[in-house]
Amino acid sequence: MKIVVTAKRVPDTTEVKTDPVTGTLIRKGVPHIINPDDVHACEAALQIKEQFPGTEVNIMTMGQADAGIKQHELLGMGADHAYLLNDRFFGGADTLVCSRTLAAGIKKLGDVDLVLCGHQAIDGDTAQVGPEIARRLGIPSVSCICGLQISDDGKTATVTRMLDDGTETLEVPLPALFTVSKEINEPRYMTIYNLVDSFSDPAKEVTIWNHEDIGLDQSVLGLKASPTQVVKTFTPAPKGAGEMIEGTPEEAAAALTAKLVEKHLIK
Amino acid sequence: MQLTDQQQLIQKLARQFAEKELTNDVLDETEATAVFPKEIQDKMAAVGFFGIKTPRQWGGAGADCVSYSLVMQEIAYRSAVASLYVSSPNSLSGGPLLTHGTKEQKEKYLRPVVEGKKILAFGLTEPGAGSDAGGMSTTAVDEGDYFVLNGRKTFITMAPLADWTIIFAKHDTGDKRHNITAFIVDMKAEGVSCGKPENKMGIIGCATSDIILENVKVPKDDVLGKPGHGLAIALGTLDVGRIGVASQALGVARRALDEAVAYAKERKEFGKPIAAFQGISFTIAEMATKLHAAELLVWDTCTLIDKKERCSDKAAMSKYLATEYCNWIVDRAVQIFGGYGYMKDYIVERLYRDARVFSLYEGTTEVQKIVISNSLLRSRK
Amino acid sequence: MELSDYKGIWAYAEQHDGKLQGVAIELLGEGRKLADELGVELCSVLLGSNVESLADELIAHGADKVYVADDPKLDKYTSDAYARVITDAVNEYKPEIVLMGATHDGRDLAPTVAAMLETGLTADCTKLAINDDKNLVQTRPAFGGNLMAEILCAKHRPQMATVRPGVMDKAKLDAGHKGEVIKLAVNVTEDEMRIKVLDQVREVAGKVALTDASVIVSGGLGMGGADGFKMLQELADEFSNSTIGCSRAAVDAGWLDHSYQVGQTGVTVKPDIYFACGISGMIQHVAGMKGSKLIVAINKNPEADIFDIADYGIVGDVYKVVPALIAEIKAAKAAAAE
Repeated sequence: MKIVVTAKRVPDTTEVKTDPVTGTLIRKGVPHIINPDDVHACEAALQIKEQFPGTEVNIMTMGQADAGIKQHELLGMGADHAYLLNDRFFGGADTLVCSRTLAAGIKKLGDVDLVLCGHQAIDGDTAQVGPEIARRLGIPSVSCICGLQISDDGKTATVTRMLDDGTETLEVPLPALFTVSKEINEPRYMTIYNLVDSFSDPAKEVTIWNHEDIGLDQSVLGLKASPTQVVKTFTPAPKGAGEMIEGTPEEAAAALTAKLVEKHLIK
Repeated sequence: MQLTDQQQLIQKLARQFAEKELTNDVLDETEATAVFPKEIQDKMAAVGFFGIKTPRQWGGAGADCVSYSLVMQEIAYRSAVASLYVSSPNSLSGGPLLTHGTKEQKEKYLRPVVEGKKILAFGLTEPGAGSDAGGMSTTAVDEGDYFVLNGRKTFITMAPLADWTIIFAKHDTGDKRHNITAFIVDMKAEGVSCGKPENKMGIIGCATSDIILENVKVPKDDVLGKPGHGLAIALGTLDVGRIGVASQALGVARRALDEAVAYAKERKEFGKPIAAFQGISFTIAEMATKLHAAELLVWDTCTLIDKKERCSDKAAMSKYLATEYCNWIVDRAVQIFGGYGYMKDYIVERLYRDARVFSLYEGTTEVQKIVISNSLLRSRK
Repeated sequence: MELSDYKGIWAYAEQHDGKLQGVAIELLGEGRKLADELGVELCSVLLGSNVESLADELIAHGADKVYVADDPKLDKYTSDAYARVITDAVNEYKPEIVLMGATHDGRDLAPTVAAMLETGLTADCTKLAINDDKNLVQTRPAFGGNLMAEILCAKHRPQMATVRPGVMDKAKLDAGHKGEVIKLAVNVTEDEMRIKVLDQVREVAGKVALTDASVIVSGGLGMGGADGFKMLQELADEFSNSTIGCSRAAVDAGWLDHSYQVGQTGVTVKPDIYFACGISGMIQHVAGMKGSKLIVAINKNPEADIFDIADYGIVGDVYKVVPALIAEIKAAKAAAAE
C-alpha cells in the first residue's frame, strides 16, 4: 500500500508577530515543530504498515527549506520517504491554493492508496486543507477521525468519525483521504536507529520539488492566486480587570451569591 | 556547542522519552521498591538507548558519543538511576565486549544486551582493591578445558539482575606485568552467588551487590581478550565510561539548577521572591556558569572520542569537573530550597543523594586527578 | 466570473435526525444583519431526508427563502452527497455569501464545497461585516486567539465562511415572517456516494450541550482528580440549563472526556455565567470562554492568569469555596421563595 502523510511545520509558540505590510505572520526566529495532529497521522500510517508489510509511508510537506529537517522526526518514527514542496512561488498561499499545491505533489507520486492528514494545524486551526486535497484528487474524504481500520484485502477503510455529540462509523473504499484527530492513537517514539538512517541512507534523503516538478504554473500559486487575503491583523484588546472577593470561603461565597442575586442570575 | 541535526533529534527523543516514561509516580515507586520497571527498560531498548554508539552489525544504532552523552543527560535529568540502565550496555559492560570480544562473543553476548534481552555487569572492584585494581585477589586457574575462578567482587552495579558479568581475575601467565584476565561469567553457573543488595544512599532502583565466586568453571571460549591483558581492558573501559558518569552529572545538575530557579522565583520571603536577593541570585549565576563550563568540557571530549583521538586526560577532566560541580550545584539547590530541600517531598532531596556517588564510582575524583597529572607529568620527561 | 451575478446570503441549516442545530438559527441571526446591510435576501439551505417541515422554523427565524433538498440519499450527512447538492445549487442560484456552522459536519462540508467551487473559505469567524465595497469582512482568531485577522475574498464568489456555534446571537423568532420554499434537485448517483454510514452513536439526551448551556461550571488541573467534578455538577445543578465543563488539562488527565473540553481545541462557549474552578487560565482555554457574559474564577493561586479575565475572583481552595457557594445559593433560593 502506498500512503501519503501530509505534514506541516508550524511555530511552537503563542508569541505572535505579524508583518505590518502584508499582515501575514512572521515565521522567522520562532521555534518550529511538526504540527501535532500530523504526527498522529504518521502514526496511523505506520500502524497500517505493520498490518501490511511492504507499505510505503511518504511524508509530503509544503514549506521553507528548513522544513525538511522537521520531516526527519517522522522518518525517525519509521516513515520511508520525505518530499518537500519548496519554491518561492508557493509562499503566502491560503488553504485553497495550499491544497492545489499539495494535491499536485501527491499526484506526482502516483498510485496513492491512502492520504492521511492531521485534522488541523495549530497555527491556523482551519481544518480545510485535507478535504480540499481530497476533492482535487477526486477521492472521498472523512474529517476528524478517531478510529481507522483497513480491511484485509486492503480495499476498504472503516473509520470512526467524531461528531459534535458522539461518533459515527463509516465505510469508505480506497483510495481515500482521512484527517485524523489526536484521539486516534498515541504516536510512537522516534528511534535512534531510524534517525541515524534518515541522515545516512540516501533512500531517505528529503526529495525537494519546485513548481515545475509538480507541473503547476506560477500564476495558480502562492499569495496572488489565493482567493482569501488577510487585509489586517490585530491583537484583541484585553478585558478590564474584575473584582477580587476577599474573606474566608464562607464569606467569599456569601458575597458572590449576593452579587449573582443582584444580577438576577440566581432564580 | 554546536549539535548536528541528528544529535538534536536524538536529544529530543531522549527528552520526550524521559518526560513521558519517567513520571513522578514511576520514580516514587522506584525509590520505594528499589526496583526499576522492566517495561521501561524494554522501551529504552526498542528506541535504541542500549546501543547508541554500538555498530549496526551488533544490533546497535550506530550513532556517536555526543549522542550517547545527550541521551544520558536527558534521562538523568529526570532520573539518575534510569540513566544507569542506559550507561551499562553502552559503556561499562557493553564496552569491553565491543572492543575486545570475538565475533562469536559479540553475537552471543553483546547483541542480546543491546537488544535489552539480557543484562551484563562489570566486576572489577574487590573489598580490598578499589582504585588499585591490580591488587585484586580473585584468582583464575587454568584447568585445561576451562578456568576455575575463586574470589569476591564488591559494589557490582546490577549484579543481582545480571545474566552475565565480566569478571577480572589474577591469572598466573608467567608474566608478572600481564597477570589479570577478563572472563565472561554466567551468573547461573555453579558456584556463582550474589551478596545481599547494598542499602545505598542514592540511585535507588538499581541493585548493587557482591558477587561470590566459589570454584566457578568458566569455559575457555568465555575468556575476553588476550589472557593476561585484563587490566588494560578494565582501564580502557573505565576511560570511556567516564563520559557516561560525567553526562549523568550534567543531567542531574541541570535539573537542580532548573528546580532552584523555579523555586527562587516562586518562594517569597520578606515580601518578595527570594530570587530578588543577591544571596540567591548570585548563587544561581554561579550554578549556571559551572554547569555550562562542565557541559562544554564534556561535549568537547565527546567530539574527540568521535574523531577517535586519544583523550584519556580529557575524559578524566570531564568526570572530575562535571561530578564535582554537580555535587556543588545540588548542594546549593538544597540550600536555596531551605528546610524544604531537606524533605523527601521535594526533588532536590533526591538529586542531592543521587549526585553523591558520581564522584565516587568508576574512578574517584582523586583517581581522575592521577590520570590527568600522569598524562602531563609523564609525557613531559 | 461576473461577481455581480452573485446575490443573496445563504445560511446552511444543519440538522441531525430531523432536529435543527442551534447554529442554524445563529447563522440566520448573523445573516439577517448582513442581508439588511446589503439589501439582499437571506436564505436557508436545508438538506436531509423528511426535513421539509423544518423550513417553517427557518422562515420564522427570518429566512426569506429556504432551499430544500429532501431525499433519502441525504438521510445521514456524507461529504460526497451533501457537497454535490450544495455545489450544484450554488452554481444554479449564485449566492454571494455562504455561511456554515463550524461544527464537525460544517468543517467537513465547507472546505469540500469550497474546493469544488474553487473559492475562498474562512474558518471559525468570530465577526462578520460588510465593507464599503460590499465585500464580506471575515474576522477570525489565529494562534489560539492571540491574533485576530480580517480576511477578504474579494475576487471570488461565493464568499464562504464558517462560524463556531455559540459565537453569534440567535435570530429572533417572528412567527409572522413569510418565506418561500424552493426544492433543490438531488443529482447524486449511487456511484458518487462512496462513503457509507454504518452506525451513529449520539450521546444520551438530557445532557446539556456546552454550546447551549446558560451556566457552565468548569474544572481544570487544580481539581486534582475526577471526583471533584461531582462537586462541580452539584453547583451546576443549582442552575437551570447548566452543565459542567473542563480545560484541556483535565481531559489529558483522563478526568472527563473530550466532549466537555472548552477552549481552542475544544468548544467555544459564551454562557451567562462561567465558573472556572482550579483553572489557571492558559491562553488556549481562555480563547474558548472569554466571551462568557460573567466569569467567576476560583483558584488557590492568586497569580493565576484566569483572574485577569474574571469578573469575580476568589482566591481559595475550590474544595472549600464551592461547597460554601452551593450552601449560599441554596439559602438565597430559599429566601427568595419565602
